[in-house]
Amino acid sequence: MAENRDAPLVLGIETSCDETGVGIVRGTTLLADAVASSVDEHARFGGVVPEVASRAHLEAMVPTIERALKEAGVSAKDLDGIAVTAGPGLAGALLVGVSAAKTYAYALGKPLYGVNHLASHICVDQLEHGPLPEPTMALLVSGGHSSLLLSSDITSDVRPMGATIDDAAGEAFDKIARVLGLGFPGGPVIDRYAREGDPDAIAFPRGLTGPRDPAYDFSFSGLKTAVARWIEAKRAAGEEVPVRDVAASFQEAVVDVLTRKAVRACKDEGVDHLMIGGGVAANSRLRALAEERCAAAGIRLRVPRPKLCTDNGAMVAALGAEMVARGRPASDWELSADSSLPVTEPHVPGEGG
Amino acid sequence: MLLLALDTATPAVTVALHDGGEVVASASQVDARRHGELLLPAVDRVLADAGLKLDAVTDLAVGIGPGPYTGLRVGLMTAQTLGLALGVPVHGVCTLDALAYAADLPGPFVVATDARRKEVYWARYADARTRLTDPAVDRPGDIADQVAGLPAVGAGALLYPETFPDVHEPEHVSAAALACLAAERLARGEELPAPRPLYLRRPDAQVPKNYKVVTPK
Ligand SMILES: [Zn+2]
Repeated sequence: MAENRDAPLVLGIETSCDETGVGIVRGTTLLADAVASSVDEHARFGGVVPEVASRAHLEAMVPTIERALKEAGVSAKDLDGIAVTAGPGLAGALLVGVSAAKTYAYALGKPLYGVNHLASHICVDQLEHGPLPEPTMALLVSGGHSSLLLSSDITSDVRPMGATIDDAAGEAFDKIARVLGLGFPGGPVIDRYAREGDPDAIAFPRGLTGPRDPAYDFSFSGLKTAVARWIEAKRAAGEEVPVRDVAASFQEAVVDVLTRKAVRACKDEGVDHLMIGGGVAANSRLRALAEERCAAAGIRLRVPRPKLCTDNGAMVAALGAEMVARGRPASDWELSADSSLPVTEPHVPGEGG
Repeated sequence: MLLLALDTATPAVTVALHDGGEVVASASQVDARRHGELLLPAVDRVLADAGLKLDAVTDLAVGIGPGPYTGLRVGLMTAQTLGLALGVPVHGVCTLDALAYAADLPGPFVVATDARRKEVYWARYADARTRLTDPAVDRPGDIADQVAGLPAVGAGALLYPETFPDVHEPEHVSAAALACLAAERLARGEELPAPRPLYLRRPDAQVPKNYKVVTPK
């Protein structure tokens, strides 16, 4: 896409979980996407340890900002705004990013935009496929979230259609990988094993798909327990666990439900676009099945490249740029991190705004 | 020189400006839960009080703790980011040293701040400028022998009168004292520590029982 020189130049900071992300965009053009991850430090604990993540954010922040500016080839004084994830996320981790963003904006004399992490996951697709269609249906799936969201304006109107009632999809991947002894994070490794397995080998349950169940909510806790029990039964019987088939069948159960509900929501709402974001959007089977079902339903699928699907600063910058472009009020210097910022608030305007 | 000093390692959110000769403006608020919200407005207020612009600042000084981590990181992240944006050096100062400097007791004494979990961050001093021990975190009962008979300074001492019966002012650190101490050390040509936190404890890093979910349920 040609770079529009008049479009707002925004730097975005993301620290809601274990990635320290700093991205720079001009309008809908990606200029830099610098990420420092502490995932290796969490691996031996089998999950993200909040204090470890917060320490790593503080260490990584200044070098990551410097790297992003260098990568983008822009000077900080030319920025039109600074955006930051205000929530939802891990409170202590968010606070590091918010402190950095506020201070940077203040010192540079630029407006500050505290934005919603989930809306950012949707908005990032503008960097890949151009302006978001309005409305857009979004399926966000990661270790922290599993939501179906409908947005008619990403800066002001994001409506939750459904969400997980227990575990996030990515969390289920992590737990099954742990039971299978495949390490953390579970998503990529399950995907790899599943490619050599049979997705129909074991009939694992599809949560919340009964006629009386909520149409757009998800549940992965029952599936997780069923898979763990199945594996334990094999082990108890002294039989070898068919890791590839378990991975493929488990993965199929997850992506079957996700895509089925997403396509149904699109049809019910008369929306002809579906975007999929979040770390689990990197899953190859999810992409393939979504492609197949969307094509059959006449829905256009938009999935950003994997690096833009996982947590990063570019997505925050993308939403910040949209806030600037649409003249949304900036946040003020009292902006605080809100670990449970509702999805219905795409940004946190200041008191005066 | 125009030194901007700040500290968030204790319940106080404290900011001061020092012009190389004296403190020209300062502000302190005690609110352990709102460091993130209060700090930057306090910086703005202090600059306005002094009638100075941020770009006049030539040096930054920041308390590196020890102190509760979440608040401590707000000050360090703010100071580091100011240093980046302004292109000026960021100097670290041990928060206990700033308390000792402010207390200005004549003889040997001890400084103790609240480390929560029934512990204190503490160090022993020969005088206001001379620390004798590395900052440490301990249960007051476990260090009773090492601090016996010494006057004590800080909110940590106030919490445990059995261990610290003789407590002196101040209760909380002030950036004004931190600025004076940093200015004194810089004037002497001393190398100040890097602006990185003194954590003293390892992170609580057992496998979380309930996997930390980013989105509230
Ligand atoms: Zn995310």
